[in-house]
Amino acid sequence: MMRNLPALIIIFPLVSALLSVFLSKISLYLGRNLVITSIFISLALSIVQLREVIINGPISYKFGNYAVPYGIEFKIDTINAIMLVMICIIGLLTGLFSTNFEENSKDRIKIGGSHALIALLCVGMLGMTSTGDVFNLYVFLEVTSLSGYVLIALGGSKGVVSAFRYLLIGTVAATFYLLGVAMLYSVTGTLNMQDMHDILSSRANDDTMLIAMCMFIAAFGIKMALFPFHGWQPSAYTHAQTGARPLIAGVMGKIPAYAMFRYLYCVYGTEFKYFRYFLIVIGALSVMGMIYGSVRAMAQTDIRKMLAYSSVAQISYITLGFAIGTPIAIAGSFLHMFGHAFMKGGLFFASGSIRYKYGIVDMNDFGYIYKKMPLTSALLSISALSMIGIPPTVGFFSKWYLALGAAGEREYIYIAILVISSLLNAIYFFKMIEKIFMAKDRDLKPIGRDSVMELPWTMMIPIVISILMILGLGLFNVKIINILLMSLGGIGI
Amino acid sequence: MNEINICLPLIAISAPLIASILIYILGEHIGKNAREAITFISSAILLISVYSLVPHVLKGEAIEIIFLEIVKGVNFSFNIDAAGMVFACVASTLWVLTSCYSVGYMRGHGEKNQTGYFSAFAICIFATIGLCFSANLITFFIFFEILTIGTYPLVVHYRDEEGRRSGRKYLAYTLISGQIFFASIVIIYMFTGTLEFKAGGFIKPDMLPMPLMLILFIMMVGAGAVKAGLMPLHSWLPAAMVAPTPVSALLHAVAVVKAGAFCTLRVVLYVFGPEAAKACHGAEILSYMAVITIIVSSLIAIRKDNLKARLAFSTVGQLSYIILGISMLTPESSVGAIYHIVAHAFMKITLFMCAGAIFVTAHKKNISEMVGIGRRMPITMGAFTTASVALAGFPFFVGFVSKANIILGAMKINNLLFSMTLVVSALLALTYLMPVVLIGFKKDIINEEFQKKDDANLMMRIPLVITAVISVILGISPNFGLHLYTLAEIAAKSIFG
Repeated sequence: MMRNLPALIIIFPLVSALLSVFLSKISLYLGRNLVITSIFISLALSIVQLREVIINGPISYKFGNYAVPYGIEFKIDTINAIMLVMICIIGLLTGLFSTNFEENSKDRIKIGGSHALIALLCVGMLGMTSTGDVFNLYVFLEVTSLSGYVLIALGGSKGVVSAFRYLLIGTVAATFYLLGVAMLYSVTGTLNMQDMHDILSSRANDDTMLIAMCMFIAAFGIKMALFPFHGWQPSAYTHAQTGARPLIAGVMGKIPAYAMFRYLYCVYGTEFKYFRYFLIVIGALSVMGMIYGSVRAMAQTDIRKMLAYSSVAQISYITLGFAIGTPIAIAGSFLHMFGHAFMKGGLFFASGSIRYKYGIVDMNDFGYIYKKMPLTSALLSISALSMIGIPPTVGFFSKWYLALGAAGEREYIYIAILVISSLLNAIYFFKMIEKIFMAKDRDLKPIGRDSVMELPWTMMIPIVISILMILGLGLFNVKIINILLMSLGGIGI
Repeated sequence: MNEINICLPLIAISAPLIASILIYILGEHIGKNAREAITFISSAILLISVYSLVPHVLKGEAIEIIFLEIVKGVNFSFNIDAAGMVFACVASTLWVLTSCYSVGYMRGHGEKNQTGYFSAFAICIFATIGLCFSANLITFFIFFEILTIGTYPLVVHYRDEEGRRSGRKYLAYTLISGQIFFASIVIIYMFTGTLEFKAGGFIKPDMLPMPLMLILFIMMVGAGAVKAGLMPLHSWLPAAMVAPTPVSALLHAVAVVKAGAFCTLRVVLYVFGPEAAKACHGAEILSYMAVITIIVSSLIAIRKDNLKARLAFSTVGQLSYIILGISMLTPESSVGAIYHIVAHAFMKITLFMCAGAIFVTAHKKNISEMVGIGRRMPITMGAFTTASVALAGFPFFVGFVSKANIILGAMKINNLLFSMTLVVSALLALTYLMPVVLIGFKKDIINEEFQKKDDANLMMRIPLVITAVISVILGISPNFGLHLYTLAEIAAKSIFG
């Protein structure tokens, strides 16, 4: 059992996804509950695995016991072990949260199916994170993308349009990725990441590597909505299925970012001739993205759209850390990845709850919502402060490590951009806070069932956990950073 | 060093935090009196625990508490020193009095959103006490930002268009300066590898080449200067006047502006230290800015008819005394600067409480409408007179003690400009405050309703009388009670050796 942990974490949600629709035929909620249970089991297993990795070092899992360069390998170090935990937590919370959005529908296929898709999305992301094989990564990338397309399309007629846009551009991205892999395969003859790294560093294939890297940056840039590849993202996040949105917006964009990190630092490595140039390119894109995303976010009144544009800015924080390239900055990137999953996930949990209760998404209607939904408003405020980077929330500390890394490399321009970006964030997030606490009372009538509690418990749990995680990750960030640095020791410049 | 020593600061810091959370959660569900009881109990706990720390600090015991590693290489830790103790004593004493006054004011005025008000108030005190005890820049910055955010709900208390505008202005000033502060902390950590406050500073004068060092100094001091209302960064302060009066009292006398002054103190004397601050000419620039602020703000204050606005500009000027005292870099002026934190707190809070009492009782905001109000509210106006005289720096009032020390410092470095500024500003203070007193006690019967004696309610009267009395007692005997003057001297001695 312990030896098969990396595989089991993926197999549980995968099996549940396959069974979910059929089980819904038997009993209305059976499939759904199976999915939630399986993600919970994965979460437990991933925590056990994280413990294992911290104590005993990286795990290498060979599928079917084929020797490494030939078979598929799952490689778990401390970085992706934590990421797996993060994916499972957000996946579980989203699974719980989205149960509320199909109460009225008695369509068995829909209830079973939408949860099957959430499970599949988790499978795809878990696989992309764990794998040590470049082609296997492509397979999981497609699993992620396909389930993502459908979850976005489930969000109504506008969702279908934005899903189609995403489908077109996403296919281009996947093709780019495949082309890149093909090029590397032609010069190395291997698909294993570690093996590829060894071969690439022993032979000079700089030109092929250069073109392949451009392909990878384009591919992952599109997938994570890095500026200027973000065109599909705002409408997709806005119109995605409300229940699944926290998972899509909170985690889905980060896995390609991690894959890009893998390519940059694990497959290519700092000895690559054009490495520094790529760092500069990524840094420039991040800087532009941080400013652009925030400026666009300021103009929005639809909370979902504002948050979507804010994601364009926030993903740039993560890539900025990669561009700085010191272990401490990269650790800051990952801390921001975890923190942002809960901030953005939390903001979408909260906005989804408001929509669930009152059916509104326009911030101009949010007047006095804090009296009606105190806990939700608390989450909105705390996440907003964390986005701006006010201590003691996690957003401050990730910014600290990024800035520290930038100062160490004497990249003062990055520090300046971090400061400017925080201030831009402050402008639109305080606009939101103003609306929540100060706008005129709109006399909102709850739609659906009226209850004594603010929200059903399946929505309360995600909200409370998001609040706790934003504060907890902030206060105990050193533990996370230490765990990350265990694997980052040899990486970076 | 026993366990009580460690417990006391923890109790002191957690009392207002717990109070704030309790008030926020329970506020709407329990009675008003029960809600206010939470404030009073926690303020009493805070007061006792801070006071009982004083003897330890006087004896020179080092009280250090390390909680956890907050960022890699830096701990979240407290270190209770003399300078921080002075500020903590002031903040905790005035919290009790302001809470009492707030209850009188808010109820007398029938304010809305009182739960949010008392909760945010407690958060501000929590942040202030945290600031006082912080042992390093990161801990300091955390509380500094909590204070920034915690004050915001107080500024926008009325939730109207004007409040919202002031709130935005306040945030623009404080967040921008805060972020720049953050960037400079990062750079300092990069160069020195430490962030622990050290009396006399931990930055070497030759850490960076000259223009960069000055830029770093300005970036660091900026945050404190904005909060302390140093011109030309002061304009949020008069704008924040739209808030209820106890908030203004808290903002202008206790928490926010003093946190700014205290931040300047920490940055100049505990981070840079006298040598580095002098070598990069930062202190010199700061002192001239303070001089300009003192004069200009007093001149503006004379022209304001709104009493609160006049007091706000007076605050801007008085805070610059502290900055001037710090930036002279002499032991005497530093004692004066630290003691002025105490002096100004008691004087200005008295003035603000009086202004609020007049507003609630007689509904008058403008000075020109207050003719003869002394007849109706003799005790309030009596306290106002006392505080005005003290603010002008008359001997035997608390303002004199601090001002005399700052002038001593100016004489020691033979700077005539600084000493003249202080003297002139004392005269200007008289010019803008005495007319209020004279108008208040005018014999002409213009306002019929002022002829009958009808003073402010007891909850408001008691605190303002107490603060007025304290500003006299501390003037006669600066060391009365808590030995605050000795504490200030200890702090200056530790810095200048």
